[in-house]
Amino acid sequence: MSITDAEVKNIEAKAKAIRETIIEMLVAAKSGHTAGPLGMADIFAALYFHVLKHDQKNPDWAERDRLFLSNGHICPVLYSTMAHAGYFPIEECMTLRKFGARLQGHPERDMLPGLESTSGPLGSGLSQATGYALAARIPVKESSDSHGAGDRNFRVYCITSDGEHQEGNTWEAIMFAGKYRLSNLIQIMDRNNIQIDGRTEDIMPLEPLADKYRAFNWHVIEIDGHNIREFVAACDEAHTIQEKPTLILAHTIPGKGVPQIENDYRWHGGGPGRGVPSAEQKEPFLEAIKKTYA
Amino acid sequence: MLNPDAHLALNIFSAGGGSAFGGDNPDKAATREGFGKGVVEAGKIDERVVVLTADLIESTNVGAFQKEFPDRFIEMGVAEQNLATVASGMAAYGKIPFFTSFATFNPGRNWEQIRTTIAINNVHAICCGMHAGLLTGQDGATHQALEDIAMMRALPNMIVISACDAEEARKATLAAAKVGKPVYMRFAREKMPTMTTAETPFEIGKANVLWKAKVESGKSKVAVFATGPVLHNVLLAAKQLEEEGVATSVTNVHTIKPLDEETILREAAIADTVVTVEEHQVHGGLGGAIAELLSQKAPTPLTIIGVQDRFGQSGEARELYEEYGLGVSHIVATIKKAMSRGTK
Repeated sequence: MSITDAEVKNIEAKAKAIRETIIEMLVAAKSGHTAGPLGMADIFAALYFHVLKHDQKNPDWAERDRLFLSNGHICPVLYSTMAHAGYFPIEECMTLRKFGARLQGHPERDMLPGLESTSGPLGSGLSQATGYALAARIPVKESSDSHGAGDRNFRVYCITSDGEHQEGNTWEAIMFAGKYRLSNLIQIMDRNNIQIDGRTEDIMPLEPLADKYRAFNWHVIEIDGHNIREFVAACDEAHTIQEKPTLILAHTIPGKGVPQIENDYRWHGGGPGRGVPSAEQKEPFLEAIKKTYA
Repeated sequence: MLNPDAHLALNIFSAGGGSAFGGDNPDKAATREGFGKGVVEAGKIDERVVVLTADLIESTNVGAFQKEFPDRFIEMGVAEQNLATVASGMAAYGKIPFFTSFATFNPGRNWEQIRTTIAINNVHAICCGMHAGLLTGQDGATHQALEDIAMMRALPNMIVISACDAEEARKATLAAAKVGKPVYMRFAREKMPTMTTAETPFEIGKANVLWKAKVESGKSKVAVFATGPVLHNVLLAAKQLEEEGVATSVTNVHTIKPLDEETILREAAIADTVVTVEEHQVHGGLGGAIAELLSQKAPTPLTIIGVQDRFGQSGEARELYEEYGLGVSHIVATIKKAMSRGTK
C-alpha cells in the first residue's frame, strides 16, 4: 500500500478538517474530551482515507476491516472522521452528546452504523478485538455459511490509549493475542503520555511499553503519530508480519494542532473552558488549527 | 400431588428417607454435568457454538466439548475479564460463545465487562456461572456465589436461568444456544436429585408447576415458587405439608428473567400464603423478582426463604443447607410460620 505525495497532502487536509469539526462539535456539546481526539486526527484520517478497507455506503460489508475503538472517550475524532468520510452528514456531528442523538457520549454499537462495539469503560476493547480476530480464524466446514460474517479476509484494528494500559484486562488481552499468534490483529496505541489526573509516568508508570509488548510475543513498530507516511508504512509492515499480532506504538501530542493546549493533561476532557473549548475559545482554537496547518 | 403434566421422574422420593443427600436414589447428577452434556449437543447442532473457560475445564464440565471440538474450544487461562470480553468479540463476529468459570468470578469479577460489551451490545453470548450457591460446599464463602442472580437480573437485555437439575440444565443449555440474546445461567457443583425427565417441558420464560395443590374447601392453600436444585427439598416439604392437610403448589421458576408473570400471578391468586425459596441472598434474587411483580400487580404478603444477608462458609452441602434454613424441616417450618402470620 504505497502512498503518493498527493495522497499524503489529501490526508493532511482531511485531518485538518477533522480537527476543526472536533472543536465545533465539542463547543456545541459543552462537554466531552479534547486532547485525545485532536492528537489522533492524523491517524484516523489515514485510516479512513487510505488504510482501512471499508464502504461508507455499506457499513456492514462483510469484507470490511474491523475497527474497534477501545478508548471510547475519544469518539469525537471517530465521529468527525466518519462524517468527513461520508457515513453521515457533518452537521450531525453537532448533535454529539445531545438527547436522542446517534452520537452518544461514548460510542454505542447499535446506535450508529459503522461502529463495531460499545466502548468507554477502559481496558475491554483490545480483548473484544482479539476475540473477533480469533473467531475469524476458527476453521469452518467448506460448505458452511455459519461463521456469521461472510468473508474472513479482513483485518482487525484496535485503537487503545496508553492510560488504559493500567487496566488488568488490557494485559490479559495482550497475553491472549500473543498466545494465539493473532497476526490478523493490529493495535494502534495512542501514546500521548497524559491521563485525567496527570502525566502517565507520574500517575502509574507504563514504560518500557515496547519491550513489554515484545516480551508478550508482539511485533512492535514505534512511529510519530502525526507522520502520515510513517503510519502507512507501519500498517504495510504489520500486514507482512506472520504468527504475531502487531502493535503500532504511536507517539502523539495530546491537543495537537492547538498549541495553547498541547501536552496539557488538563485538556483531557471536562466542561467548557476546563477541558473542552468554551464558546469564546472556539474562534481562537480554529484560528490556531488554521495557522498550524497553513 | 405431583403435576402429571410435568412428567417428573418416578423415583424422586425413593430411598434415603427422601432426602436429597441420602441413599442412591433418586438419580443424582450436578447441574453443571447437565450443562456439559448439553453444550456438546448444542455444538453438534450448530457449528457456531464455541466454548471458553478460564483454567477450569473439569470444574465447568467442558472437557467433553474440548475433546469433540478442539478447534472451537478456547482456553483463556485465569483471566475472567478477558473471558467475557473475548466472548463478546466472538459473538460480534457471529459465533455463539458459552463462557465458563465459577459464578463468583463470572459474572462476579467481570460484571462490568458483561454489562458494556455483552448486555449493551446485545450480543448472543452465554455466561455460565458454575459453583453457584451453597452447594459449592467446602470451598467456603469466597467460592459460593449467592449474589449472582441479583447482579445479572439488573441488566437490560439479559436472560437469567437457574436450572433445578442436570436434565433441566441440559435443556436450558440447548435453549440458550438458540435464543439470540445475552444469557446468564447458574449451575451448582454438588450432585443432586434429577427430578425432571426428557418429557418435562422446558421453555425459556415459562415456569412449570411441579406440584399441584389438592384444593379442599375451608383449607388453607400455599403457593411456593422456587428455583435451582433446592427445589427437591421444596417438593419434599410440599409432600409433608399435603400429608398434614395443607394444600400446596410448587412452581419451578427456572427463568428468573424474563419472569413468567402469567403463571406466577395465577398461582399466587389462588393461594392464601405465598413463599419463595432459593439458594441465593434474600435480596435481589427470585424472591425479589416475585416481590416486585406481586407488589405492583397483585399486592400479596410474601415470605422469602433464602440466605439471610450472610456469606456462606465451609462445610458439606447438607450441613450448609441446614445452617442456612434450606433443609426440608426448615422450609416446612417457615411455610407454617408464614401461614400463621395472616393471609392477604
